Amino acid sequence: MVSTPSDKILLSADGRPLKQSLSRSLRQQKIRALLLIAPLLIFIFVAFIMPIVSMLSRSVENDLVSQTLPQTVQALQSWDALSGELPSEPVYAAFALDIQNAAKAKVHTKVGLRLNYEKSGIASLFKKTARKAKKWDIQNDGPFKDKLIKVHKGWGEVEVWQTLKTHSPRYTSGYFLNAIDMRKTAEGADFQPEDKTILIKLFQRTLIMSLIITFSCILLGYPIAWLLANLPMRQANLLMILVLLPFWTSLLVRTSAWKVMLQQQGVINDILVQLSLVSDEARLIMINNEIGTIVAMTHILLPFMILPMYSVMQTIPPSYLRAAKSLGATNWTAFWRVYFPQSVPGIGAGSILVFILAIGYYITPEIVGGTKGVFISNRIAYHILKSLNWGLAAALGTILLVAVLVLYWTYDKIVGIDNVKLGG
Amino acid sequence: MNFTKTIMTTASAALISGAAFAESHMSMEMTIVSWGGAYSNSQLRAYHEPYSAKTGVTILNDDSSSTAVAQLRAMNEANNITWDVVDVEAAPAMQLCDEGLAMEIDPDTMLAAAPDGTPASEDFGDMLVSECFIPQIVYSTTFGYRTDLVGDTPPDNVCAVFDTKTYPGKRSLFSVPINQMEWALLCDGVAKSEIYDVLATEDGQDRALAKLDTIKDDVIWVSSGSDTPQLLADGEVIMGATYNGRLFSLIEEQKQPVAMIWDGQVMDLDGWIIPAGLSPERQARALDYIMFATDTQRLADQAKYISYGPARASSAPLVGKHADLGIDMAPHMPTAPENLSRAFLMNYDFWADYRDDLDAKFQAWLAK
Repeated sequence: MVSTPSDKILLSADGRPLKQSLSRSLRQQKIRALLLIAPLLIFIFVAFIMPIVSMLSRSVENDLVSQTLPQTVQALQSWDALSGELPSEPVYAAFALDIQNAAKAKVHTKVGLRLNYEKSGIASLFKKTARKAKKWDIQNDGPFKDKLIKVHKGWGEVEVWQTLKTHSPRYTSGYFLNAIDMRKTAEGADFQPEDKTILIKLFQRTLIMSLIITFSCILLGYPIAWLLANLPMRQANLLMILVLLPFWTSLLVRTSAWKVMLQQQGVINDILVQLSLVSDEARLIMINNEIGTIVAMTHILLPFMILPMYSVMQTIPPSYLRAAKSLGATNWTAFWRVYFPQSVPGIGAGSILVFILAIGYYITPEIVGGTKGVFISNRIAYHILKSLNWGLAAALGTILLVAVLVLYWTYDKIVGIDNVKLGG
Repeated sequence: MNFTKTIMTTASAALISGAAFAESHMSMEMTIVSWGGAYSNSQLRAYHEPYSAKTGVTILNDDSSSTAVAQLRAMNEANNITWDVVDVEAAPAMQLCDEGLAMEIDPDTMLAAAPDGTPASEDFGDMLVSECFIPQIVYSTTFGYRTDLVGDTPPDNVCAVFDTKTYPGKRSLFSVPINQMEWALLCDGVAKSEIYDVLATEDGQDRALAKLDTIKDDVIWVSSGSDTPQLLADGEVIMGATYNGRLFSLIEEQKQPVAMIWDGQVMDLDGWIIPAGLSPERQARALDYIMFATDTQRLADQAKYISYGPARASSAPLVGKHADLGIDMAPHMPTAPENLSRAFLMNYDFWADYRDDLDAKFQAWLAK
């Protein structure tokens, strides 16, 4: 019997080629799976990814200036910012028109505030000018150069026009420069004056203190996790409750409790004085500084270290340790060569959790950190809530996000992310 | 008799239906934003409860005033304004007004006149610092000290804060440049009238920071108005700056051994704004509430619960005794004549310009 090509293709029960039928059912399965997780996916996309992207995009967006003062930005194109001379009359006339429109639409202070981040005084300059400009007849009231300078001598300063021109492009690197203690000037990027540099210092402090907190969590958490995994069930359960109990207490309550413990007239100092370990005049300063932040945050983040460690340690059979000892290992060797390497995935998972949580912590440093123990997130909060410099806050947030991703990548390269276990 | 009764009934029915007509054009629920704590409580008792009793409106409270400008901006961008009346200080009110985020108010048609007929614009007078701002109270930021920890000569001058020889011990200050820089210059010998001119120069700013440098190690820097009262109560500091109402509560309600320094108190205003862009029903309700809550009697009533001075001239004579403690409230107001004479007025325009710049400098200095 001569086989035709169609005979070679395997057919399924309904007469379709098997390959096609298989891929169809696989596709259906995939779609079904996708539909099942669709609510979560859509939720994450709408409530998490989109806001983050829109927030991050603010770190480079700068269309406020060109939108509010379109004619001026256009006219400034032909002005050489480095010439040291004031722009000519057309620029002033364009500005008079722009500021009048802006004042009518009530957007002039927003631009003033935006440019005031770069040069102090522009906020009131815009406010005062707009008040006057509302009454002008743009067609017939010119020339505006002397008129504007008469309203406020600021319009006679080259620096003001330089600031305006430098910060007029629709996209700017200015916020990112500000975020690393630099600034955008007419001549290009420049360092901030030394008495205004703070952000790099805060980034460093955030990283160093988060590392210290992570290590203190490992040191304190490891023995507890070991006990949890190795004690008899009854005692282990009791211990587990002790670990979880603070976890269920409000963060604010726990932070404030540390205040009561650590302050100079607090519990710890009182005990030390009563035991005559420190004199009454030389009570220890343990709060409103780095120590306060490290102690309180270590306490708060400890469960995030203990729980992954515990779930990994639970899977290490105790017989391994006994086997090591029966082969002649000392207690230390048995622990260090046999037990510890198997518990490393738990340490890795706990460290990543604690470190990433710590690096973005806000409320605890705010309450117990004083001035020496605050993090970069406290500065981000200030720019979001108080100074309303959302562009700078977004730039700081982006840098923090990238820093965490880089650290995660480094961890993956050095330790390997497959080596992280949250349990099992 | 029957006749008059009929007329009365008809008249009252007409009145009720008229009121019902107005009511139907106002929303029956409103969200009022304020500061929380004892302050919100004083508003609850003096304004919200009587207003709800009178109109049946449900009032929801939101304690977000400290971040009101940021949130109103965000609401405006999202085109979804969920607040009806917002309690803010004068400076943020000006900013909101300039940005078009707050509604402009005509005091003489939208606010109640004084009982003697004086129009609201005159009754509030200089307190109307912005077209959108409806003043409510005058408060001040000032110092309290522990009477048992300062020795035999209690401080009577704000510069005691900088005098660590006579008054050794910790003091608490806010970790922001506003007020701290002014006090530093004042105690470095600058006349009250020249402080802002000096502070506008680099040298002046350095001078203020240099003065603060002399006490930097003796200061606990705080960020919220509730910190200093707690630190004073715990004996953590011997003196510290906070709002005068907080100190009053610490001294009179909690009976702590604390007294006040009125000298150098920095006065500021607090009041209402109505967000721009509310629906007509909600706006009508907000205006109705404002008309009620800022009349002469209501403003005087609030002073029964907290020691902030009413912003209306006609309310001052009506300020009586504390509702629970029964003590005379008038001398505890920042506006009481003997306290007022030593006050210092904040310059809003200066801080609108220099806040960002000085804050960066101040934080850099703090971190040093």
